[in-house]
Amino acid sequence: MTIRECYEKMGGDYADVVNRLRTDERIARFLLKVADDKSFELLCDSMANRDVETAFRAAHTLKGVCSNLSITRLFGSASALTEKLRGASEISAECAPLFEKVKQDYALTIECIRAIA
Amino acid sequence: MKKADKRSILIVDDSELNRSLLSDMLSDDFDIIEAENGVQACVVLQERELDISLVLLDIVMPEMDGFEVLAMMNKKGWINTIPVIMISAETSSSYIDRAYDLGAVDYISRPFDERTVKHRVLSNFMLALKQKEMADLLTTQVYERERDNRIMVEILSHIVEFRNGESGMHVMHVSTFTEMILNRLLLMTDKYKLSQSDITTIVNASALHDIGKMSVPEEILNKPGRLTKEEFEIMKRHAEDGEKMLKDIPYRHNEAIIRFGREICRWHHERYDGSGYPDGLKGDDIPISAQVVALADVYDALTSKRVYKDSFTHEKAIDMIKNGECGAFNPLILKCLDEIKDDLKRELHENSPSHGLEYEIRENVEQLLKTSGSDVSNRTIRLLEHERMKFRFYADLSREVMFEYVSSPEMIILNDWSADYLELPEKIIDPATSDFAQRIFRKKDFDELMTRMRKSSPESPIIEGKYILNIRGEKKWNKVIVKTLWSDDENPMYEGALGKCTDITEETEEIQQLESLADKDPITSLFNARAAKRLITKCLDNAGEKKYALVFFDLDNLKHANDKYGHLFGNELIKTVADRMLANTRATDVCARVGGDEFVIFMQYKDGLAQMVDRIFKCITQELKGFTVSVSMGVALSEECEGDYDTLYHMADQAAYAVKYGGKNAYKFYNQLKQTPKGRLSDNGSNA
Repeated sequence: MTIRECYEKMGGDYADVVNRLRTDERIARFLLKVADDKSFELLCDSMANRDVETAFRAAHTLKGVCSNLSITRLFGSASALTEKLRGASEISAECAPLFEKVKQDYALTIECIRAIA
Repeated sequence: MKKADKRSILIVDDSELNRSLLSDMLSDDFDIIEAENGVQACVVLQERELDISLVLLDIVMPEMDGFEVLAMMNKKGWINTIPVIMISAETSSSYIDRAYDLGAVDYISRPFDERTVKHRVLSNFMLALKQKEMADLLTTQVYERERDNRIMVEILSHIVEFRNGESGMHVMHVSTFTEMILNRLLLMTDKYKLSQSDITTIVNASALHDIGKMSVPEEILNKPGRLTKEEFEIMKRHAEDGEKMLKDIPYRHNEAIIRFGREICRWHHERYDGSGYPDGLKGDDIPISAQVVALADVYDALTSKRVYKDSFTHEKAIDMIKNGECGAFNPLILKCLDEIKDDLKRELHENSPSHGLEYEIRENVEQLLKTSGSDVSNRTIRLLEHERMKFRFYADLSREVMFEYVSSPEMIILNDWSADYLELPEKIIDPATSDFAQRIFRKKDFDELMTRMRKSSPESPIIEGKYILNIRGEKKWNKVIVKTLWSDDENPMYEGALGKCTDITEETEEIQQLESLADKDPITSLFNARAAKRLITKCLDNAGEKKYALVFFDLDNLKHANDKYGHLFGNELIKTVADRMLANTRATDVCARVGGDEFVIFMQYKDGLAQMVDRIFKCITQELKGFTVSVSMGVALSEECEGDYDTLYHMADQAAYAVKYGGKNAYKFYNQLKQTPKGRLSDNGSNA
């Protein structure tokens, strides 16, 4: 799969990312790093442990990563969860569906990235 | 950019991916240092402040966030020399404003774009670089301008002196003395409201004090004999004339040098008591600049050699001035002059005038740059680097553990060698919970040391202590010496400390060995009397519920053994008794030879003391090579002595005494002795 196809499939903005990061080679290199990034794991753990502060930070980092690589769909769901967690004193019931969406989008994103390699 | 110019950028972001993305964009132009949270960033800054050209800083991070890093950079002053660009997905204006308020120079929001990042980093880097270059350029220019100024003033005043037939050194001396007196005055009082730059200007202007003499006819100026009254009146006019010359310079009335110059020219012949000329001003109506220059003028005239007089000593000159032979002066300024006596002599004898000038200018420029808060110059950086190298070299050579403690952000920094030796990292964050505090030191020792450091003061910053350190699995006695560091302010703040641990295990063991030698009786290796008393007293002090007995005995027939079989046998008898004592007691009991033929056993017991004593007695009194060993033994109990060793000893001794005079070779308990009506103790039957 080409980088462009990968972006189309996982719901990303290829035109934007290539404009910012310049080369396919670099984009591919960093996409592969997304698969190694620990923020998603940290997010899952902290959601399970009801640790709202760490969950916020992890969601925030995931959102930042997606934003840098123009992975628009996952960026959207990570942003929604980040905002729900921001400044919250506990993980409210409203977070659950948002977190589910992040999980789905993350799975899709990783699947597409793996297909490049 | 040339390779040689390559400088370091610190990237602080908790996401590895983000850091490497930025690093990828910038690594062609910069060396990249990465930190994954605020604490790490502060550690890097603390260590490498001078290497880092720019910081890219994320906001939301664990441990210490971006705002806290900015706050720390403000506190430490790093923010003044290192530009910080914030990188964050937060675009709300409150975040951005706060970052700018804390001194960030720029803000890049995610997602970042390669051109934007490169461009902003490069332009901020170049800006900082230019600023530094400008500061360096300014230093040079200010230096040169100041130097030219001084030379111009000196040329001018030398023309006056030349005409005057004076030495040419007079103006130099007057400037030097004026400066020294003024600096002294500044330390003594703040009455005169002088700034450092006022002093510099007054010193420059002092060279002009006699320019009015240009208008005095040469015949009068250089007249060999005494001036007539009329001639003197003309001479006196040089004060007003000098002031007029300066006053008439167009457009410059408000320049400080003109202002001070006018004061000095017009009033440097006024006297503190009001008897001077031209205006007869009195006391502090005479401006301080003129008062000081007048004194410097007179003092130099007295202490220099002239055609018509020899030079006077400082003491003679001060005496003459105080006696009013050369005018009247402000006593405070006279006091200044007297106090700087030694410096004056050095100044006159050691420093040639030209060197003095260069030195002074450099000092002034440095002062100027210091107060205007300019950048550190390259030279300073080189010097620092050199010092650092020197320190590392000596530290590694010394083979001693050296550490630096920084109170905020709290950390301990070890030198290479120490880190290696202790098997710890060089930088230890949060020292109180680190291996350094809990494994190397004992926690309570470390806490105690930290408390002592905090409680020290800038006046007595040295702390010493002996601690057992656990180094590579071995317990070692170390002497720890620490010097605490304090800020320069009026209210010094505790900033940290430098420390050194010296292994004194060998020394300590030697001392302990010597101490134990000193405790032992040379013939028997039992304790001696002094050690017995110390050890037993310690047991009694900590006795609590524990019960002890003290057994005292002497040999009834040692003299007989010596006489009959010789001293060698006598010694053998003593050693045998000692061996028998040791064989029948526990290692925790105290066995001592307290006199020539006197012995003590001090032991803990629960019950069955009588049997214990009986067994010991029987064993000691066994025959030795056909010789009957006979002892008189007394026993006293700790519960009867109220914890006092001497009392206990005395009771056992009395019991033994009773045995000796009741037929010898037996033992008795003190509590079995019967009190006689006269208060004397008497025998109550023998146990042998």
